[in-house]
Amino acid sequence: MFKYIIKRILIAIPVLIGITIIDYGIMCLAGSPLEMIAGPRVSMEALENKAILLGLDKPFYVQYFVWLGQLLQGNMGTSMKSYLQVSDMIGSHIGPTLLLMGTSLIVGLAIAVPAGIFSAIHQYKKRDYAVVTLSFVGLSIPGFFLALMLIYLFTVKLGWLPSSGMTTLGTDGGFWDVVKHMIMPVTVLAVSVAGSNIRYVRSAMLEILQSDYLRTATAKGIGRRRVINKHALRNALIPIITVIGMQIPTLFGGSIIVEKIFSWPGLGLMTMNAILGRDYPVIMGVCLLSAVVVLAGNLITDILYALVDPTITYQ
Amino acid sequence: MIKLKPVNTPSSPSSTYNQQIMRRFFKHKLAVISLIFLCVIILLSVLAPLIAPYDPNRITGGFSQAPSAEHWLGTDQSGRDVLSRLLYGTRISLLVGFMATLISTVIGVVLGLLSGYFGGWLDMVIMRITDMVMSFPYILLVLVAAAIFEPGLTNIILILGFVDWPGVARLVRGNVLSLRETNFVKSAEVAGMSKWYILFSEILPNTVAPILVYATSVFALSILDEAALSYLGMGVTLPTASLGNMLNGAESLTILTSKPWLWVPAGSLIILLALSINFIGDALRDAVDPTSTK
Amino acid sequence: MTEQLIVENLVKYYPVKGGIIPHTVAQIKAVDGVSFTIEGGTTLGLVGESGCGKSTIGRQIVALEKPTSGSIIFDGEDITNLSSDQLQKKRTRLQMVFQDPYSSLNPRKKVFHILADPMIHHHICTKEDAPAKVDELLDMVGLHRSAKDRFPHEFSGGQRQRIGIARALALNPSLIVLDEPVSALDVSIQAQILNLLKDLKTKLGLTYLFIGHGLGAVRYISDRIAVMYMGKIVEMADADTLFSHPLHPYTKALRDAAPVPDPTLRDAVHEALSGEVGSVMDIPVGCRFQNRCPYARPECGSVEMALIEAEPGHFVACPYTAINTQGVSGTSTMSGTQFMADTQSVSGSDKSDTSNSDRQEKGGAAHV
Repeated sequence: MFKYIIKRILIAIPVLIGITIIDYGIMCLAGSPLEMIAGPRVSMEALENKAILLGLDKPFYVQYFVWLGQLLQGNMGTSMKSYLQVSDMIGSHIGPTLLLMGTSLIVGLAIAVPAGIFSAIHQYKKRDYAVVTLSFVGLSIPGFFLALMLIYLFTVKLGWLPSSGMTTLGTDGGFWDVVKHMIMPVTVLAVSVAGSNIRYVRSAMLEILQSDYLRTATAKGIGRRRVINKHALRNALIPIITVIGMQIPTLFGGSIIVEKIFSWPGLGLMTMNAILGRDYPVIMGVCLLSAVVVLAGNLITDILYALVDPTITYQ
Repeated sequence: MIKLKPVNTPSSPSSTYNQQIMRRFFKHKLAVISLIFLCVIILLSVLAPLIAPYDPNRITGGFSQAPSAEHWLGTDQSGRDVLSRLLYGTRISLLVGFMATLISTVIGVVLGLLSGYFGGWLDMVIMRITDMVMSFPYILLVLVAAAIFEPGLTNIILILGFVDWPGVARLVRGNVLSLRETNFVKSAEVAGMSKWYILFSEILPNTVAPILVYATSVFALSILDEAALSYLGMGVTLPTASLGNMLNGAESLTILTSKPWLWVPAGSLIILLALSINFIGDALRDAVDPTSTK
Repeated sequence: MTEQLIVENLVKYYPVKGGIIPHTVAQIKAVDGVSFTIEGGTTLGLVGESGCGKSTIGRQIVALEKPTSGSIIFDGEDITNLSSDQLQKKRTRLQMVFQDPYSSLNPRKKVFHILADPMIHHHICTKEDAPAKVDELLDMVGLHRSAKDRFPHEFSGGQRQRIGIARALALNPSLIVLDEPVSALDVSIQAQILNLLKDLKTKLGLTYLFIGHGLGAVRYISDRIAVMYMGKIVEMADADTLFSHPLHPYTKALRDAAPVPDPTLRDAVHEALSGEVGSVMDIPVGCRFQNRCPYARPECGSVEMALIEAEPGHFVACPYTAINTQGVSGTSTMSGTQFMADTQSVSGSDKSDTSNSDRQEKGGAAHV
């Protein structure tokens, strides 16, 4: 097991390095951030000074290694807009994003798992079709459009929920204030999580319901409820673990748009602003962070899988 | 080991593989309705130049007028006919979705075939690149790319086409790996057939069905992504209409509350398109592989 | 009679990978020094339990796999060292019929294309006369000509196997490897296919290597039979000789395992085998059959068993049975001939590092 983890980490490292190279390459091809600063009021001389200051006068592969070297010392660079440390920016924005993503994941799975199991147990009945159809609806609504409709309904028409930020301005928030701000963004993300996972849970459950050992259990006559609770559910949970792993990149991406719409002060909003302003160090930092999170998520999923499923041995 | 089979089975030559798929597909009512709906929409959008009442980019009425006899769906903030823009916008959105799907499928199929059939270092390199692309949160990648390159029709197609291929590549690779070990591929090898013949004539036809199923979900996803990007102003740019950029204005509270004709038609059309494509894909999956429970 | 196929000291080891940085931690010795010859126009039967390496030999003869060492000389040319261009030309002469008639035909292709594409590729016929050639092939294997417009799934197992045979014949081969061609079929169909194979052999002057796991079908079709156990040939003789007086205890056990149709003979002494086939990753030193052999002696655990010619044309890898049965004094080991089994030292394969899953996975690859 330990060997397996080491091996997986060793495989992930070249992938991670590759990601930073590709990323850096694309952005250097895209053009200089100086174009954004340039304007009639900025002299050429000032621009050149700025370029030297930012290290932009060197070829891009040199810049990459400079950046990588700093990264290994724990320095992710400085924002070109706010002159803040990228690591500090990420640090101050990651909290709200984790809160949003975590809650959405839990809510989404809390919908998807029971719904998927319900659907599988009632396979080919009206209830099953209803659940599956709903999951397709969840899958087919663009997140931004759902967000708009929620704002229309709950903020504009009913006036129940605030549509932007994490706390009401001028107050220091408090638990219920944050919860009220969270309801709509969490709903949008949870719908997409649930939509993409109900069918997955359903098929995992169906596969188990059709297995021979479950028929044996049924044949023993211990009752349908007990068969499902004691024998099927535990085994269905195994593939469901992978679902959680698969959600991480989707959620990370989804939160960018959702945070933008609801002005949620998290990484997504920060990223969106960095992208619009071509703030390269910040974009690089976020890309790197997300790649690490995704790779770590995959690794943890695989390890959990191995722990839960006794038939898997890794070498 | 003994399989009991009739000695001479003059099985009906009528039920070919494709006909079986068709029959199973048409059992899904929702999918059939979706297919009809999709066909109608495609037809309308293709015929847009003939049936659109106005030039989509010309100012033909007052600003943000409510639906009327002249403008069935009203006019937008610049006074352009919403119905005409909707028809042309659907055309663009479908085009983006289709082209992006085509590009990612072609890239994915080629890389998956090479990776699965030749194996070795080539497989290693291709799979690591696939890992890299997949490790990016999808939307982050699209946004970064959209910010770097000039927004516009061609670029949005290329961007979406480039981010969707890893899934196809993995699917194809997995299929190739299992097909490569089948006896009919082995027998083609024994017969001394060329590698390309084996790849394209023996292996590829047997993996078309799952690719097609996967492609439908990529199609739906691409339409949704185009909408999101264009909504954010990073996709199809004005004055060209797309379903996504027609929703641009909906961010403003006045439009959201008092001018529903500016966002309801485009928004619902996006949902219906994605939904019908997903239904078709699901029925197709069932039809192609009746044993699958997914 | 010329020797059409000479297999000399054929060895196939599959590496078992493991460790953090993948490297070979053990080897599966699927085929471990096998030599035999097949004369033109005859059939050699190759029998043994699943996993004994017989199918691996078949796949190496048709060049689906490269041997670890040893040579396969076909029509006077060693095919293990051919360039891929030379090999592609040679391939038409060496064909194979597979065990499972369901997976060996491409489900998306009509029979016509299954048969015609290879012929056109090798310029055996042109596109124009392909239909006539296909008809000819279908006639030859006893299928109706209308079969060519159908898909494989429209046929029964036996009919599919006929298509498989027609495909092998399409390239005018001189040697066909038949890899358990009837094991997946009904008993009644088995006989039909075996008769068809026999007829074709006479008609076309073919040479067969017939691989099977039961002696029944193999005896029916073969001129000579080689019995394999854990990667080695343990006995080889004329089909009739092998049946009338087998020498190796394993051959006896195999023969006795076959059902006897004559009830009066059923009471004959049966030597039922006890124990399991050993792991090909953990081959015992000395005789590979020692742990299951009813006559095992202490010496069996130390002496590597070489094939010896107990009587003209009858080879066996057990000196003691030969002495006991034949009363031959001294062992007449053929030194330096192709029948000499390899004398490679059987090193205790280290497998301590290998997990179960790996062993099963790799082992599975070797079992066919």
